[in-house]
Amino acid sequence: METKLPKLVRISIIGLGNVGRGVAEVIRRKQEEIKRKYGIYLKIVGVADLPGAVVDENGLSEDAIRKFKSRETTEDMTTLDMIKDVEHEIVVETTPTNVENGEPGLTHIITALESDRHVVTSNKGPLALQYGMLMDLAAKKGKELKFEASVGGAMPIISLINDNLAGNGIISIKGILNGTCNYILTRMREEKLPYKHVLKEAQERGIAETDPSNDVAGRDTAVKLVILANSIFDRNVSYKDVEVSGITGITSEALKLADGAGYVIKLIGEVDGGSSGECLKVAPRLVPKDDPLNVGGTLNVATIKTDLAGDITVIGKGAGPIEAASAVLSDIIGIYM
Amino acid sequence: MKISMDIELTDIPGQLVLALKPVSDLGGNILSVLHQRDKKTPSGRIPVQLTLEIEEQGLDRLVERLKERDVNVVRIGKERLKESMMVLLIGHIVHTDLGETIDSIDSTGFAEVVELSLSMPGVDKKSSASVTLSAIGKEELKEALNILERTVNKKGIMIIPSI
Ligand SMILES: NC(=O)c1ccc[n+]([C@@H]2O[C@H](COP(=O)([O-])OP(=O)(O)OC[C@H]3O[C@@H](n4cnc5c(N)ncnc54)[C@H](OP(=O)(O)O)[C@@H]3O)[C@@H](O)[C@H]2O)c1
Repeated sequence: METKLPKLVRISIIGLGNVGRGVAEVIRRKQEEIKRKYGIYLKIVGVADLPGAVVDENGLSEDAIRKFKSRETTEDMTTLDMIKDVEHEIVVETTPTNVENGEPGLTHIITALESDRHVVTSNKGPLALQYGMLMDLAAKKGKELKFEASVGGAMPIISLINDNLAGNGIISIKGILNGTCNYILTRMREEKLPYKHVLKEAQERGIAETDPSNDVAGRDTAVKLVILANSIFDRNVSYKDVEVSGITGITSEALKLADGAGYVIKLIGEVDGGSSGECLKVAPRLVPKDDPLNVGGTLNVATIKTDLAGDITVIGKGAGPIEAASAVLSDIIGIYM
Repeated sequence: MKISMDIELTDIPGQLVLALKPVSDLGGNILSVLHQRDKKTPSGRIPVQLTLEIEEQGLDRLVERLKERDVNVVRIGKERLKESMMVLLIGHIVHTDLGETIDSIDSTGFAEVVELSLSMPGVDKKSSASVTLSAIGKEELKEALNILERTVNKKGIMIIPSI
């Protein structure tokens, strides 16, 4: 009997934050299962954080990654040298999102593609600013650039549309793409508490960041919408094209009025193909209580309007290290399926 | 404006002509008459459905004149406004001339504010209002929302439309 050897897939992770470490953990946890099920053997051969990179062509141990993260060990080389010179197949890019100039992620991704490596990223900045250029570069190099984790975290949307809904025309996508805003609006409604109070609670619980402005002003949702507009609808838009308003002005009285009339208030991102109306906007909207978009807590949700399948709604966890890593992992496996 | 109206006539010949006359007297136009001779109300009257075009100012006088002629007006057709949506407003709604805000919709002739509830938590605090807009069609409803958006934006009021 002929047994096929598993294909070795060597991976580097750039940015050892929540998501980066989550990716390292799920690869470790799932390594055997993935080998068995998909015939690929995932090996982390390099990781990089702010100071630079450590590498081991035999695979970095959990301990080695932890020690490097806690700065007990020092870097072997610069991040860019690792991307260019260490032999591997996939660069996982999980550095912070920057919507001003996309850096450092943009340079990492360009360097990786130019070095003939596939890229899987959770970083929204480079995609929101330079989607067309990056996709062209990937195509020119015959490499994949995948980014499921950048929109909706664990909630599958990009591959759901590209793979499972293949053949459908996508008419519009509407949804809640920011868990922090959803949490705040849900708590304000349930507890009849003012915005400031709930924001503080969300910060204490680690759901909102110390500087929550990107989330509550709707900018994070806008960035994700741009990624959907460009990747799903083939539009050529950037962050500045989105009409954005956030949730800071929502009062508990308004939520109560809405409630009495059968509605909840949610921060909704909406994008369409542009043929009728060219919608690209983020705003608080009234959602009927019985609409599938009415999900609570930190959940994300999206309703995809299609020409054949009708409306499809997906709900999932938009954030969390393991949840985001789940999307990264499925992108990695997807490259070889 | 175009309206529909349900009236009830006494069961005496010539009543319909009598009922329709004030419409033309007031410069209005009858668009359709649905006269169901075989149907009667419990009080023995004959129901008639009218669709007519009349100046908004003339409507009250028309109703008065019909009453003078012993015609019961049972319903004036708001249902010409087929499409509705709810929006929420947050801000200084009352002190930025709420009347004018509503008027910006009502004066269109194709849309109206049909319901409004206000919540005013305190004198210098922002108030909230839920507003139901109705219009004669989908396009008109969209246009009404645009008009309302423009009106309240100028007043610094936040508007939350439904999805
Ligand atoms: N958290 C989520 O649930 C989630 C979900 C979906 C998408 N995302 C996106 O995924 C990315 C990572 O999120 P996160 O929550 O993991 O953020 P994070 O915890 O802040 O992690 C970012 C990591 O990147 C490192 N870093 C910064 N600059 C670097 C550079 N020039 N080279 C190498 N590493 C660098 C940081 O190091 P220092 O700590 O030393 O600065 C940090 O370890 C972000 O773009 C985020 O928007 C996050």
